[in-house]
Amino acid sequence: MAETILVVVEQREGKLNRVSLETLVGAQALAKQNGWQVEAVLLGSAAQLDEPAKEIAAAAVAKVTKLESDALAAYTPDGFVAALKAFLAVSEPKLVLLPHTYQIRDFAPKLAASLGSVLVSDSTGARFENGKLLFTRQMFQGKFSADVSLAGDGPHFASFQAGSYRADSLEAGSAPVETVAAAVGEIRTKPEAPFQEAKAAVDLTQAEIIISVGRGIKEQKNIPLAQALADALGGEIAASRPICDAGWLPMERQVGSSGQTVSPKLYLALGISGAIQHIVGMKGSKHIIAINKDAEAPIFEVADVAVVGNLFDIVPALTEEVKKARG
Amino acid sequence: MKILVCMKQVPQKDAPLKLNESATWVREDVGYEINEPDAYALEAALQLKEKNGGEVVAISAGPARAQTVLREALAKGADRAIHLEDDKFVTLDAFNIARAMAAAIKDEAFDLVLTGLQSDDYGYAQTGVLLAELLGWAHATIIMQVEAKDGGIRVKRELESGYFQHVEMPLPAVLTIQSGIGKLRYATLIGIKQAKNKPLRKVSYDEVAASLRPNQLTIEKLYVPKKTKQTEVIQGTPSEVAKKLVAKLRDELRVI
Repeated sequence: MAETILVVVEQREGKLNRVSLETLVGAQALAKQNGWQVEAVLLGSAAQLDEPAKEIAAAAVAKVTKLESDALAAYTPDGFVAALKAFLAVSEPKLVLLPHTYQIRDFAPKLAASLGSVLVSDSTGARFENGKLLFTRQMFQGKFSADVSLAGDGPHFASFQAGSYRADSLEAGSAPVETVAAAVGEIRTKPEAPFQEAKAAVDLTQAEIIISVGRGIKEQKNIPLAQALADALGGEIAASRPICDAGWLPMERQVGSSGQTVSPKLYLALGISGAIQHIVGMKGSKHIIAINKDAEAPIFEVADVAVVGNLFDIVPALTEEVKKARG
Repeated sequence: MKILVCMKQVPQKDAPLKLNESATWVREDVGYEINEPDAYALEAALQLKEKNGGEVVAISAGPARAQTVLREALAKGADRAIHLEDDKFVTLDAFNIARAMAAAIKDEAFDLVLTGLQSDDYGYAQTGVLLAELLGWAHATIIMQVEAKDGGIRVKRELESGYFQHVEMPLPAVLTIQSGIGKLRYATLIGIKQAKNKPLRKVSYDEVAASLRPNQLTIEKLYVPKKTKQTEVIQGTPSEVAKKLVAKLRDELRVI
């Protein structure tokens, strides 16, 4: 019998989290390589699962299972792990793939460990090579890629970073949808409703030009250097996570997996090394120019234009030149 | 509150990393520092102690050099430290590191275990969650705030796309802490002096070996990421670079 790859699809408040589709594409690619089959499972209350399950059932998968319980309406690690653990004992997949979301990060290591397995977290791809399943993931903040393998009989677990596969290459099909009453045991955490802090005053997703600063800016007092360039170009200033953590720019100006995802005409990265958490938030930009003193910085891998040099010399010169050009 | 903080020593952020001969790890002859997210976990622990009293214990697994990280934690205000000392800890997968730490603290009664949300080297973001599973405790990840409440805690979790959520849970519990939870403190001169006399318990590999299992995760190969994009390199003096960039912005991108 063909082995099964199970994809855990994420929904939030009844809406499909679209990064799940990328994981499905990854699963379809792997299945094709080895003659395996893909199944999908969703967790939540009955009302939350109808729509997203329908959407997934229109993909080329063998089966979609709705793992239902009112106790799963609000996400908790205890509830999700108990429900999935019981489900895995019956469905016996060889491989479980999940999108690398904050929710998955919260429970997938626990789920794998509860079955004595290990999760390859934050992968960017997977392939069979000489019969061996290899996952690719970044290490050392993106400075290196690693091919990693898992020993043992499985089930094996891996999560895929956003952008690993293209959601629009999902193969269409028609799958039966099954409903399973989830077995949920004791839930120790009491989650309250998700909320947004004061609405972000800056919508970076609408900006045509973004000047973004990273650790290379060194001190808060150097931020005006970048601001002057942003002003000259008529762009918005943004930053990588550490700059906002330090309070040098407000959190609402953060680009990356925990901030905004942007795709401006021009993304000018100043002193940003390019950790994957930042890259996922900006790699869709039409044109990326990176200035960094470290020629090995991972940001240069996604840059259209690379300038290896000292931003403290280059940025003021560039600001002056832009002003001249604008007259 | 008795709090354990898991701290890892990682290569310095700007260290020029080179692959070892078998291309399975980096060469060890670089500078090291505290994994930055763990520094925030320590900060969160110290602030909790200042507010609620108790004890802060720092734990690290790694070669002799990792003691630097623990001494730094002690200098910043941790009360004592536990060092699982052996070169072999470097190559353990996250599940085994969690097993080793769980074994090292089995005779202690902690209320709370804090870790950084992920490490700058492996980046698995799993050790805290795995510890929770091994210890049988509740957990929550990517935490921005912690407060004691009704014998338990109430935490603020960061979700994606600018959303947050409060979660209450009983103690003992494990939390992974988001960077930026507080302003990192510096060690004072007095702190550095006192750190030398604070207790540091060493745990050998043999003491925890019975709890370990064969690594399931193997790094087959490390390599410099393949480039997927054609990148144009612009060189010259700052003013030459500025002129070339402006020509590009004006003539090709048409944003000026």
